Amino acid sequence: MTNERMTNPDNPPGRSPTSWLRFAAPQQFYPLAGRLAPWFACTAAVLTVVGLYIGFFVAPTDFQQGEVYRVIFIHVPAAWMSMFIYLVMAFWAAVGLVMNTRLSFIMSQALAPTGAMFCFVALWTGALWGKPTWGTYWVWDARLTSQLLLLFLYFGFIALTRAIEDPRRADRAGAIIALVGAVNVPIIYFSVQWWNTLHQGASVSLTKAPSMASTMLAGMLLMSIAAWMYSIAVALWRVRALILERERHTEWVGEVLEAEGRAR
Amino acid sequence: MLTVFLAVLRRDLLLSWRGRADLLVTLAFFVIVVCLFPFGVGAETNQLRAIAPGVLWVAALLASLLSLHRLFAQDHADGTLEQLLLSSEPAVSWVAGKVVAYWLTTGLPLVVAAPGLALLFDVEQGALPVLTFSLALGTPILALLGAVGAALTLGVRGGGMLLALLILPLYVPVLIFGAGAVEAWLGGTGATAHLLLLGGGLAGALALAPWACAAALRIAME
Repeated sequence: MTNERMTNPDNPPGRSPTSWLRFAAPQQFYPLAGRLAPWFACTAAVLTVVGLYIGFFVAPTDFQQGEVYRVIFIHVPAAWMSMFIYLVMAFWAAVGLVMNTRLSFIMSQALAPTGAMFCFVALWTGALWGKPTWGTYWVWDARLTSQLLLLFLYFGFIALTRAIEDPRRADRAGAIIALVGAVNVPIIYFSVQWWNTLHQGASVSLTKAPSMASTMLAGMLLMSIAAWMYSIAVALWRVRALILERERHTEWVGEVLEAEGRAR
Repeated sequence: MLTVFLAVLRRDLLLSWRGRADLLVTLAFFVIVVCLFPFGVGAETNQLRAIAPGVLWVAALLASLLSLHRLFAQDHADGTLEQLLLSSEPAVSWVAGKVVAYWLTTGLPLVVAAPGLALLFDVEQGALPVLTFSLALGTPILALLGAVGAALTLGVRGGGMLLALLILPLYVPVLIFGAGAVEAWLGGTGATAHLLLLGGGLAGALALAPWACAAALRIAME
């Protein structure tokens, strides 16, 4: 019930001593997200252009793999992001369950599609990279397999939260499956690695990390930061859409929409 | 707390016994799925012997997945679940009772039937105890994890498919260690490590899953 009072539009929390916690109220967060998102999006765009330029034109050609290796500038940031976003999602789910804040659940649901997208991009670019270097699109390697299972975990989370009509129940059910998934991710990774070493031997070694030229590293880091910025921007925009959808019966949403309509 | 556990266990076992045809359906499904594989991959003995542990384990996984909806659906429909949640007893105790009853009625028959089916695939006889033991350790994990998924999807449209999507990725470690135990024994390295890991997984699931399941049921009934 405290939650209801905190986010009740008739009782603006802005009056409370200025603390960043007041942004836990959807009404307060909506304009903040709207102001911040374009900045993150611009940063992402600039960094992507710079990162891709360094990756495709400045970084030297790999002496073993030739030009093909350049997919690394998209592949590795996407893989990192897909794993990291799942953790962030589970974190917000836990915060939501403990603190009973609606915005946390909205945040975790807004992150899920971006995480699934990065997961898919990592698998897709990995397949394209695998064909010329290993001669096959797919091997049942530990990393590839656990990435695939991570994609399934994302799908499960998204499907569950979309299938339940009541948003309150959808939030909580999604939070539980996100946490169960987060507990299981290390177990899955470990078991897949165990299974892989038993079946496959070291026919394909992904771990041979050749000493990387510093321009390669710079390009990859820039692309990773770009992926971060992109994820934050998209998540913020999605949060705004979700807030509007959930709060569409309240007065403040009506006012906001009217103001935005006038501005156009 | 123990009395609630025993009372719910007894009630669920009695209910299952009254509708025992349902239980045979699960078992029949398991047998049929296993028997389909030779038609698909050919009846070459060496090949069958190689795929037998994996086939038996995947079939056990699917059979327990398909029977999961029964775990709470009946009680949800007739209001028993609400009464249980309203009672002053800790939810964990009766959730555990229900899961144990569920495993005894659907998991245990699979464990018993598996060695006989393994003979159809010409599995070495010495591996049968390992297979039975791995299933006896692994199917309770499937039941415990599945109970969380069943509670989350209770009364949701398209619940069956959704349940599969939620739970099957989580079943993968059980499958790896379960089927791996038999293969390790056949390969001569001994199945102890796999079985110990399965036992550890069971202990972990026993410690965590009933609580997650009780929380999920509360969310579903709110």
